[in-house]
Amino acid sequence: MFEKTLSELAQDLRNGTVSSVELTQAFIDRINRCDSEYNSFITTTPELALQQAKAADESLAAGTAGPFTGLPIAHKDLFCTEGVKTSCGSKMLDNFESPYDATVVAKFKSAGAVMLGKTNMDEFAMGSTNESSFYGACKNPWDISRVPGGSSGGSAAAVAARLTPAATGSDTGGSIRQPAAFCGITGIKPTYGRVSRYGMVAYASSLDQGGPMARSAEDCALMLNVMAGQDSMDSTSSAQPTEDYTASLNNSLQGLKIGVPKEFMSADLDSAMAAQIETAIKQLESLGATIKEVSLPNTRMSIPAYYIIAPAEASSNLSRFDGVRYGYRCENPQDLEDLYKRTRGEGFGSEVKRRIMVGTYALCAGYYDAYYNKAQQIRRLIQQDFMRIFEEVDVIVGPTTPSPAFTIGEKVNDPVAMYMEDIFTLSLNLAGLPGMSVPCGQVNGLPVGLQLIGNYFDEARLLNVAHQYQQNTEWHTLSPVTA
Amino acid sequence: MEWETVIGLEIHVQLATNTKIFSGASTAFGAEPNTQACAVDLALPGTLPVFNDGAQKMAIMFGLAINAEIGKRAVFERKNYFYPDLPKGYQTTQLEAPIVGEGYVDIETEDGERRVRIHHAHLEEDAGKSLHEDFHGQSGIDLNRAGTPLVEIVSEPDMRTSKEAAAYARKIHAIVTNLGICDGNMAEGSMRCDCNVSIRPKGSDTLGTRTELKNINSFRFIERAIDTEVERQIDLIEDGGTVVQETRLYDPDKNETRSMRSKEDANDYRYFPCPDLLPVVVDDAYVEAIRLTLPELPDARKERFISELALSEYDAGVLSAYRNQADYFESVVECCGDAKLAANWVMGELAKNLNAADLSIDNSPVSAEQLGGLLVRIKDNTISGNIAKKVFEIQWNEGGTADEVIEAKGLKQVTDTGAIETMIDEVIANATAQVEQYKAAEPEKRGKMLGFFMGQVMKASGGKANPGAVTGILKSKLDALCD
Amino acid sequence: MSIDRSDVERIAHLARLELNEQDIPAYTENLSSILNLIDEMQQIDTDGVEPLAHPLDAVQRLRADEVTELNQRDKLQAVAPAVEEGLFLVPKVIE
Repeated sequence: MFEKTLSELAQDLRNGTVSSVELTQAFIDRINRCDSEYNSFITTTPELALQQAKAADESLAAGTAGPFTGLPIAHKDLFCTEGVKTSCGSKMLDNFESPYDATVVAKFKSAGAVMLGKTNMDEFAMGSTNESSFYGACKNPWDISRVPGGSSGGSAAAVAARLTPAATGSDTGGSIRQPAAFCGITGIKPTYGRVSRYGMVAYASSLDQGGPMARSAEDCALMLNVMAGQDSMDSTSSAQPTEDYTASLNNSLQGLKIGVPKEFMSADLDSAMAAQIETAIKQLESLGATIKEVSLPNTRMSIPAYYIIAPAEASSNLSRFDGVRYGYRCENPQDLEDLYKRTRGEGFGSEVKRRIMVGTYALCAGYYDAYYNKAQQIRRLIQQDFMRIFEEVDVIVGPTTPSPAFTIGEKVNDPVAMYMEDIFTLSLNLAGLPGMSVPCGQVNGLPVGLQLIGNYFDEARLLNVAHQYQQNTEWHTLSPVTA
Repeated sequence: MEWETVIGLEIHVQLATNTKIFSGASTAFGAEPNTQACAVDLALPGTLPVFNDGAQKMAIMFGLAINAEIGKRAVFERKNYFYPDLPKGYQTTQLEAPIVGEGYVDIETEDGERRVRIHHAHLEEDAGKSLHEDFHGQSGIDLNRAGTPLVEIVSEPDMRTSKEAAAYARKIHAIVTNLGICDGNMAEGSMRCDCNVSIRPKGSDTLGTRTELKNINSFRFIERAIDTEVERQIDLIEDGGTVVQETRLYDPDKNETRSMRSKEDANDYRYFPCPDLLPVVVDDAYVEAIRLTLPELPDARKERFISELALSEYDAGVLSAYRNQADYFESVVECCGDAKLAANWVMGELAKNLNAADLSIDNSPVSAEQLGGLLVRIKDNTISGNIAKKVFEIQWNEGGTADEVIEAKGLKQVTDTGAIETMIDEVIANATAQVEQYKAAEPEKRGKMLGFFMGQVMKASGGKANPGAVTGILKSKLDALCD
Repeated sequence: MSIDRSDVERIAHLARLELNEQDIPAYTENLSSILNLIDEMQQIDTDGVEPLAHPLDAVQRLRADEVTELNQRDKLQAVAPAVEEGLFLVPKVIE
């Protein structure tokens, strides 16, 4: 049962071969049994899950069920869940039970989904290893001495370890794609504005985007059908009509034009991984696609641009954590300044503090033009690079990460080395484009992710390409665990 | 040395929208603390702003009223600072691209009309309130006001006296209340004024160092605060000191300004475009549609009162200043057809009674139609002006139309000349001494002596005799005796 | 660009972050190396390039001016650290 995809489980629920309560109980038991090894959940909600499962079974019996009814999922712990702790992986929100549901959470609720719990993450989504979580590092199920990636590391690890069939994630600079790659699962970061950000605790508002993490492209499509759409509560959510993302999964790739950026296949890329990526590209070619080398000359610049824009927005977004209305508050504040400084000094971890300080510095009068404005100009150049390429090709393909999962602690004291790992994922967020990571091989027993990048609102095509690839390969079915 | 004062005003006007600028919470004044502060207003994690159409419309109305260019692409920015009444840790405001561009208003001064240029007006959100009653040595924060839409109107330093500053503030007050975009209630903080004050030697064209007098909430205090501050600056400079650029607070009780404990030594607000809000784009059609809804503004109305209704400059100015009063006045004119008479009554008897009862014209116990009906009866000689005051008083206290009161109290004027002649004959017969004096007087002095006889006749009629008729008959009868 | 201890202290103050005395050297070093990484941007000529604040060329949507949020004070204040008579309590605010 644990090896089944959402789509298969949905079929079983419909056929009555399993009930949602049985399914849910099985996953709850499995989490209880196994998660101590991975630390992929911050909170589990077994009572709530069984309650939702019971309601789902009733609706299945009554014939009022939708495609998602009764399917268990987990939410990254930055999606606000009413009455359930929403910690963002931070001490700051350790005591925070959200009084409201994020739009994404509400949508899954009304689709009849069952929430198993909230997954571990880098504190406030700032990190690519999950090591900055207040709740301790999450482990990669392929090798527990290694990181699962981040910031949606808990979601990726939980899906990979078969503790949940699927989970939500969020991606500001690669936080869905990179952990999906490290853990050998499938994840999609939709176009900026495709999925509502309301109730998804903000890291960098102009970059953040929620999305699905699952075992296959088909499952991601099923989830995106629930998640996508304009939200009256999020001004930046797009009015672009949504579509049935499962509808085009079986389209042929005949005639598909694929671009491979030479900057992605460069010296930055681990050579063993490069071979895997090239094999995957050949596979796509054999499915009818034509391959063309393209150039994204400003790829390298995405790192400094991102590490200005994201911290700048974060420095402002995280000002609301002041110990006044919710969250952590220091003991016995002497005066207002003491309240602010100790609450924030004690409540935030060091990576969060680092980024807040970088962002604060970048926005200061006198530095604004040299940093923030310059970064936004580079962002424009990066977007223009992509737009130029999309005049010639349908999809861009390359690696998701420069190397497979690294060991826990390896880069923890060297933020710059850590930031360099994001080189292939950041530019999409800066441009707002959709991207996926699909398992496409292994290096030394560790998964390798193939990144697919699409034009704005071209999620259906990305999912189609990924699904066709998965219909012809086995990488996404490999499991790090024996269930 | 002779000094010249230079004054610029920043006026915050609370817009009379139903809801906050970025949330659907009510803006009604006087609710229980924090009952009108929703999740967005409290800056709960994950919440996002959505811009209120009503606030935009009102800001544009103001822009049109001051002959300003409307910003076709306005951008909200974040002004970052920590304060407990500022839940997000930043104020959303407009800096580089405000909704209202350069405009102007004309004010009346002792030296005639003077133009005050407005640099721009922008939309922003109000902060909450800190209450300093003793909560065990702590302050209480009420966020009901947080997020109330404000238009901040920034003038050029075009005013030279405190009177001009107050006249300018009155003008802005008249405009926003006429437009119906602000209730104008200064005591409740609906309009608050910051005065930037500096002095320079007369004839100089460089600006002196200015101080900012914060949050003044009455026209009288504007004058007094500026006068006090100018005096302080002159004394300071003449004693060899220098003015420090700072924020000062006016204390009306002591009639002095004092330095505010500087909120932050080195304030750096780190402005940047708010990534949660998109550029606000308005097209010409939208602006023109709003222009069509604009009520007639005080200046235009005053001109019309002079040209169409032949009112004096003074009367026209007073009656046009406030929309409700002007509307009332025009209704009275419509009923009675005599603008001068209506003006006298609205500015006289009605104003006196309203003042005494501390009522606004909207709450007048005598409606415009009732007052108009009363004036009709003066004009058609049913009652005299004096009786009309009596009728008005009854209407004020007991209600009813003029006709009902006149009927019920038997106040109808006696115009039957037969009855009047009888009364006059009686008076003349009983006042032989006065008749003799009248006869002895030189013809040009007789007019003055008519008053005695008039008084006697009116007394005999109980005030109801038509004074015009009495005068005519009395004069002809007395003059006949002289021949 | 490298920054020194006083820069770190100033930024930490602006951001209202108390830093442990012994951590300041490490922050100073980290922030300096991050800023060095960021300074790579200066190699790129961006003259005349319009900054991109937002990936999609969309404009702000407007909300009708209608009350949609009713009083939920009890629920919203249930997560507050200190509340009295419906007010959030903070150390004395001095104006």
